[in-house]
Amino acid sequence: MAEKKTLNLNRVEMPKQPHFIRRRNFNEVALGYTPEMAVAEAKRCLQCKKPLCIDGCPVEIDIPGFIKCIADEDFAGSIKLLKEKNCLPAVCGRVCPQEEQCEIKCILSKKGAPIAVGRLERYAAEWEALQAQIVLPEINKNTGKKVAVIGSGPAGITVAGDLILVGHDVTMFEALHEPGGVLTYGIPEFRLPGRVVSREIDYLQKLGVKLVCNYVVGKTKSLKKMLEEYDAIFLGTGAGLPWFMEIPGENLNGVYSANEYLTRVNLMRAFQYPKTYTPVKRHKKVAVVGGGNVAMDCARTALRLGAEEVYIVYRRSRTELPARLEEFENAEEEGVIFHFLTLPEKLFGDENGWLKEIECSRMELGEPDQSGRRKPIRIDGSEFIMPMDACIVAIGNSPNPIIPNSTPGLEVSKKGTIVVDENTGKTSMDRVWAGGDIVTGAATVILAMGAGRKAARSMHEYLTNS
Amino acid sequence: MFEIVERKMIVPNLHLLVVHAPDIVEEIQPGQFVIIHAGEGSERIPLSAADWNREEGTLTIVFMEVGTSTGKLALLKAGDKIPTVVGPLGKPTEIDHFGTVVCIGGCFGMGSIYPVVRALKQKGNYVVTIMEGRSKNLLYWENKLSEFSDKVIKLTRDGSYGYKGHIKKGEDIIRETGIKPDRVIANGCMTLSYKTTKEYSHFNIPVIVTLNTIMIDGTGMCGVCRCTVDGKMKFACVDGPDFDGRYVDWEELAKRRKQYLNEEAFLVHHSGCGGI
Ligand SMILES: Cc1cc2nc3c(=O)[nH]c(=O)nc-3n(C[C@H](O)[C@H](O)[C@H](O)COP(=O)(O)OP(=O)(O)OC[C@H]3O[C@@H](n4cnc5c(N)ncnc54)[C@H](O)[C@@H]3O)c2cc1C
Ligand SMILES: Cc1cc2nc3c(=O)[nH]c(=O)nc-3n(C[C@H](O)[C@H](O)[C@H](O)COP(=O)(O)OP(=O)(O)OC[C@H]3O[C@@H](n4cnc5c(N)ncnc54)[C@H](O)[C@@H]3O)c2cc1C
Ligand code: SF4
Ligand code: SF4
Ligand code: FES
Repeated sequence: MAEKKTLNLNRVEMPKQPHFIRRRNFNEVALGYTPEMAVAEAKRCLQCKKPLCIDGCPVEIDIPGFIKCIADEDFAGSIKLLKEKNCLPAVCGRVCPQEEQCEIKCILSKKGAPIAVGRLERYAAEWEALQAQIVLPEINKNTGKKVAVIGSGPAGITVAGDLILVGHDVTMFEALHEPGGVLTYGIPEFRLPGRVVSREIDYLQKLGVKLVCNYVVGKTKSLKKMLEEYDAIFLGTGAGLPWFMEIPGENLNGVYSANEYLTRVNLMRAFQYPKTYTPVKRHKKVAVVGGGNVAMDCARTALRLGAEEVYIVYRRSRTELPARLEEFENAEEEGVIFHFLTLPEKLFGDENGWLKEIECSRMELGEPDQSGRRKPIRIDGSEFIMPMDACIVAIGNSPNPIIPNSTPGLEVSKKGTIVVDENTGKTSMDRVWAGGDIVTGAATVILAMGAGRKAARSMHEYLTNS
Repeated sequence: MFEIVERKMIVPNLHLLVVHAPDIVEEIQPGQFVIIHAGEGSERIPLSAADWNREEGTLTIVFMEVGTSTGKLALLKAGDKIPTVVGPLGKPTEIDHFGTVVCIGGCFGMGSIYPVVRALKQKGNYVVTIMEGRSKNLLYWENKLSEFSDKVIKLTRDGSYGYKGHIKKGEDIIRETGIKPDRVIANGCMTLSYKTTKEYSHFNIPVIVTLNTIMIDGTGMCGVCRCTVDGKMKFACVDGPDFDGRYVDWEELAKRRKQYLNEEAFLVHHSGCGGI
């Protein structure tokens, strides 16, 4: 019989670059556990008989299982268990909102010291990356069925990974010149290094997935024509259409969508300009509108490009802030200034069309709205001016309309999302499945992966029986 | 990888590029463009289709060497490979039986107007094509354009070939010859688009111009190509690049186009064309 463990509430912190250094470089902020740290943290896990943590993980990773392996220093075993359920542990360990998912459900959360599931997951993945040889899983023999995966974000990656393993012939198409979706063009280097994503893409290719970049389905070829060539198609095209605020002055120079700003810096590597050729402005005073992960990423990117003052302008209060707690804290430490309960109303420019100042109103919170959050209400007469030379709009994205617009017969909701069967990811079109942000609207990496997994299962069932 | 079939300078500073891109040419329509990315570190740049050959799978582009990325393209030779040619992007130019259509091409637009001219002629329109350039040695493709035009008018600013003038003169010609256009379509730099709009608006006919906004992805993802048309925000890469010039907010567009002038000024190659 196992002896009863005493509770250890000392959550092992993960080393980070000091804020005064990292706020001016693009290197990763969090440095990861050492083996000793990982084992110490893993040993804190109570190995619950009814592990609550698993309920919090959208892909139901065997959390106690992989943690036990780390505690026993069987790192190969831990990564194997992780990969059974999650093909992107190095990504999820870094960007999952753990404090609302696995970690909040951990029994030790009540004591204020949940097991650092994400950090351990990241550790196991990094351990694997350091091994000379990556062990490839066994692949079923070729079924002769052809699958096209459209979009190479987390949803597409999951489907491609799952279907190649069961023996289908998988080709993944990507509109941009690099794969990875938001993981590549959106989430910055200092939070998710490019090498982590390219490692996962390489792995897929090693398994036999064919990758075709520079291919815009709906433009380069219609979905209908692709169906003549492929037995089944998965749409994982994400939510890439930026919203603007629809207020005066939004087309002034110095006003960006978050996508533009981040794409310049991440995908086009403008942070190395003029060594690279896509320019990015190095603004002095920057306001970022919004309160999610995207807004935090923009604000912290602006700081790293040398801005003197960076503000987050958010219309609700700190309690409603949708960003991951860790990223909010990192941003605050690095010196981002938060203006809560503030709404931009008008943007004013100079004679050359450059942003000069932003007029904002103060807000107060009223009754809860449909989203369950308290509704912000403008306080009349509270207008004030903020001098600013850049404004980055990070208030959300709609699904990319290229495929819906070019595909008659594909059922789409009023919001522009593709309508699917909840259990299978099947769309209204024969042999076409969809999942991820294109179905849910902007959500999270792990939810996109979960949707991909579900669709892959249904696709495999169809391909096997047809 | 996309293989270069040919690259040559056709007139000073303007290059012809033929690239093997079978999937793209299978679908491409007049007025659409591709985005080319010449490799790590380069910019993604939008370039219009000037011609294509579906049997051979080749796409022809005419581009002006203005800066770093077009400068890189100007160094390519047959057999070279470039990693990114993506498209066809944007909405095709509207082609129908309109009656008499005046097609204006300046600079690279003498090339990109060609598929438009051809399609309009095949639809049974009376097509008047105006070729516009600073000087005789900057005009090209007169033969190609003549094949599908009922009338070709040459305009040079120094009067070295055809009529002397820029855009206004073109309008005079139309009055002189008695041709009343039902539609005007212009391809070329922003100055040409803007002046065309100014000079033809009073005919109360659609003045279709391509807007050369700054672009990155070309799929509606980044919003850098946004412009105001008829009071509404439009993305040139997916809602355009053709718009009716009469409703375009030109002042805003001109300012937005200059966003990176400081950054790129030191890279600029002076073409002497006068307008960007
Ligand atoms: C800046 C930013 C930060 C974020 N931070 C976090 C975070 O910390 N944690 C978290 O969990 N989530 C975060 N998210 C959200 C998360 O990244 C997304 O929910 C997730 O990437 C969605 O995955 P997806 O596969 O559905 O789509 P995407 O990742 O959007 O990928 C879709 C891909 O499809 C391609 N595509 C689109 N149309 C076509 C077409 N017609 N043909 C071919 N290809 C096409 C696109 O180019 C893109 O590469 C963040 C998002 C952003 C923008
Ligand atoms: C839909 C569309 C179709 C186009 N088709 C063609 C074409 O068929 N042939 C062609 O030669 N060009 C075309 N252009 C313009 C072409 O994209 C630019 O000339 C090119 O991006 C300049 O790249 P660069 O790196 O060489 O120059 P940069 O180094 O980026 O810029 C050099 C100079 O050009 C200016 N500039 C920046 N962007 C543009 C622009 N979009 N147009 C003109 N000047 C610009 C800069 O301000 C700077 O002064 C098109 C543009 C669009 C939007
Ligand atoms: S995938 Fe995300 S939610 Fe699931 S265990 Fe890992 S970090 Fe937690
Ligand atoms: S709930 Fe917490 S302590 Fe229990 S098994 Fe899960 S991670 Fe370990
Ligand atoms: S170029 Fe990015 S949205 Fe048009």
